[in-house]
Amino acid sequence: MPVELYRVDDRLVHGQVVVGWGQPLDLTFVVLVDDTIATSEWEQELYRMGAPPEMTVTFESVESAAAGLAAYEARPGNGIVLTGDVDTMRRLVERVPSIKRVNLGGVHHRAGRIARLRYVFLTAEEESALRALAARGVTITAQDVPATTPIPLDQVLAGTGE
Amino acid sequence: MTSSARPGPTVRAVVAGHGDFAAGMISAVQVIAGRGEAFRALSNRDLGPVELEGQIREAVAAVDAKVVFTDLPAGSCTVAARRVARDVPGLVVVTGTNLSVLLAWVFAPDRGAASCDNAADRGRKAMAVFPGGALQEGGGAG
Repeated sequence: MPVELYRVDDRLVHGQVVVGWGQPLDLTFVVLVDDTIATSEWEQELYRMGAPPEMTVTFESVESAAAGLAAYEARPGNGIVLTGDVDTMRRLVERVPSIKRVNLGGVHHRAGRIARLRYVFLTAEEESALRALAARGVTITAQDVPATTPIPLDQVLAGTGE
Repeated sequence: MTSSARPGPTVRAVVAGHGDFAAGMISAVQVIAGRGEAFRALSNRDLGPVELEGQIREAVAAVDAKVVFTDLPAGSCTVAARRVARDVPGLVVVTGTNLSVLLAWVFAPDRGAASCDNAADRGRKAMAVFPGGALQEGGGAG
């Protein structure tokens, strides 16, 4: 299973991903899916800079990621697919039905979002999108780092930010 | 004869990192050098990228910082600090910070951009393993 994790994390490539998940999963590649970053050299350099030498970071739009995901799955080594928000992951999963697990790793506070976990805040639209994905058979859990216990979606949505 | 340590320059910096990294580092600088006031600590704990960038921006403005020191090259603090540096002329970001880096910088004559290069070099050179190569050579177990 070359793509070990499909993760929603608004910090994108950062310490928890590169080290926290990168070390135990022995990650060798990160696929960052974001329509804006996919067209910005400056943004790409920003996120590529921090990755360790053994880890490649590639940048895709939702469309190009959907088209290229089979190749990533067939690639040697273990990888992670990252999106910065729920909507981007929803669009990716809708185009790639073989994605069956989604990890909520960091969706932080902003106007209109309600606290569900310490690191998961969601708008009503985001909650609906996650429920819709779950209804399609996607298992959604929240887990910031591997050492913590995954929290099922229904428990996340019942949370109050603790 | 009274000992009169020459006061250091007034240029200040922000230290940003995971957990209590920044506060701990600044505390160590204070204990060793008595110059912890040169730094403002910032943690990324529970902050999203927008909030974190805003807090770094505020901290830089509050102390007129010329440098942001961060812990991990891949960390969210580094990403946020580089976004701020794009908008603040002259602001330098140093990542991979260790205690030697901060000590070298805080004692630099002007704490300018060249001081950051020198401090980073001091930090790299401060890394050491005793005994070096122990595992490869099968030593160090006895």
